[in-house]
Amino acid sequence: MKEKISHKGLDHEELLLFEIGGLNKSGVDFPETQGYEQRIGSSYEDKEIGIPGLSEPEAVRHYVRLSRKNYSIDAGMYPLGSCTMKHNPRLNEKLARLKGFSDIHPLQPVSTCQGALELIHEISLWLKELTGMSAIAMSPKAGAQGELCGMMAIKQALKSKGQESRKKVLVPDSAHGTNPATAAFLGFEVITIKSTVAGRLDLKDFKSKIDKKFAAAMITNPNTCGLFEKDIIKISEIIHQNGGYLYCDGANFNALVGKIKPGDMGIDAMHINLHKTFSTPHGGGGPGSGPVVFSDKLASFCPAPKIEKIGNKFEIFENENNENLLESFGRLSAFHGQMGMYVRALSYMLSHGADGLRQVSEDAVLSANYIKSSLEDVMSSAYEGYCMHEVLFNDDFLKDTDVETLDFAKALIDKGYHPMTIYFPLIVHGALLVEPTETESKFSIDQFILTMKDLVNKTQSDSDSFKSAPKFTPVRRLDETKAAREPILRWKKETIIAAE
Amino acid sequence: MSSIFYTKEHEWIRVNEGGGVVGISAYASEQLGDVVFVELPENGFKANQGDNIAVVESVKAASEVYSPVSGEVIKTNEDLSVSPELVNEDPIGKGWFFEIKISNPEELQKLMNEDSYKKFIEG
Repeated sequence: MKEKISHKGLDHEELLLFEIGGLNKSGVDFPETQGYEQRIGSSYEDKEIGIPGLSEPEAVRHYVRLSRKNYSIDAGMYPLGSCTMKHNPRLNEKLARLKGFSDIHPLQPVSTCQGALELIHEISLWLKELTGMSAIAMSPKAGAQGELCGMMAIKQALKSKGQESRKKVLVPDSAHGTNPATAAFLGFEVITIKSTVAGRLDLKDFKSKIDKKFAAAMITNPNTCGLFEKDIIKISEIIHQNGGYLYCDGANFNALVGKIKPGDMGIDAMHINLHKTFSTPHGGGGPGSGPVVFSDKLASFCPAPKIEKIGNKFEIFENENNENLLESFGRLSAFHGQMGMYVRALSYMLSHGADGLRQVSEDAVLSANYIKSSLEDVMSSAYEGYCMHEVLFNDDFLKDTDVETLDFAKALIDKGYHPMTIYFPLIVHGALLVEPTETESKFSIDQFILTMKDLVNKTQSDSDSFKSAPKFTPVRRLDETKAAREPILRWKKETIIAAE
Repeated sequence: MSSIFYTKEHEWIRVNEGGGVVGISAYASEQLGDVVFVELPENGFKANQGDNIAVVESVKAASEVYSPVSGEVIKTNEDLSVSPELVNEDPIGKGWFFEIKISNPEELQKLMNEDSYKKFIEG
């Protein structure tokens, strides 16, 4: 590494560990090994294994510098639509660190983890009550795995009726990409349903695509346009009359909690992203968790393990031969799910209470509508009327400028905001999807609105500046096309040698 | 002489003797942005008019490509696997997707000619 690294102020440019450390260095002073007898025969190796050696300060600085480049909800507003970046209360964190929960092992005797099982049982009751559903699988580890779980139960239910010929799964064109992916992964045929000009499922198109091969529909409500599917009761009736099942993508349940129960909408299975609706951390902040609730019709097909209260004790039904699991589609994952997420989510539920959870939904919807009505005049709403927890704009307001949605989002970074979701849902041209969540105060939302207005003004007067944004980030505009066409996914020794 | 037809989903088909070459329109490739991957059907794949037949992925989105006519795929554009950018650079030429043996030439009448497609995207 010969060239000089260019730091910006106190924000340091960071190299890879392999580039900082040498392969022939060590940051730890190991004693010479001696007086041992090797007993692993020909498996014994004594050569360089390719792990870079760094001193402790080098290693510490590496991770601290990287962490300073990270943007998080703890640093500022994160209006990423469809992702629900809400505050993770510190109370949740405190409780999740209690030894009985944090040091638990999935193989320890059931008698030694009764408290943890009680907690999982308790959160199951809350989730079933809030959704109005009769059964639950707690083990799915993320929303997408939850989808898989729900659709596997539907597949199993069809199989039990000898209806394996039902192969068609209807998915709206506004759906999250995981919906068609899940259905296709399970061998279903994915049929796209159109949306109306009002951003909702086209009932006529929907009906026309139902035939004898119809298995299920996967619908998100509120949908990804941030709109409530007003025809949901009619939709679920049609589905059930035609012998199919209704899977609901529960990603947007955070707009409905305490207001309406999915069970009352005729939903047969739905996953719940604990990290969206119930404030557990996203992504790198901690593992995901996507419990799935089931209607009566699907209850017996849900997977192992199951936690039940028998007398005063809590039991885990693990074995598929258990009489409670005879119709189950089996096991989805090795163990029982993400304990830390259960603790955080239940902490959120109990600290808010039923009325508090309802207010969370109301505030999330209010925040989104406040942004919509404040920006509608200068930007262009994709759909008329009220929205739910997120507001969707199209790029009509950029029409007479050289600025595109992507440029607008990049410019927002220079103003201190993580961009909103862009180009999704696919059915809206140049989409910008903003989800403030209940986390933001009126002051914070007002600041965001003022910033957005400034930027919109600037698209007319100084559109050039958008093309070169962002300016204040560690790296400027990235070449997304090259990254997709020629991805470099891992460091290779040769790369370094070539560079030298 | 070859003639070119368009679908409402922005595919084009250039009809030659016995077959038709299919791709996506310049308008579609502009809307998609930089194309990074194209998934093509296999030779011998049979499709009905309007069936999903290919997938085109850009930095913005992955989109389905629908077969403009019924028929059997007889050739695919292998250059796209290494140079998906051809779809942006020359959508009506080097960026073609596949060639299809047309089983029912009457279906072409349901498609638009160049002029009406132009009006369609302007409207």
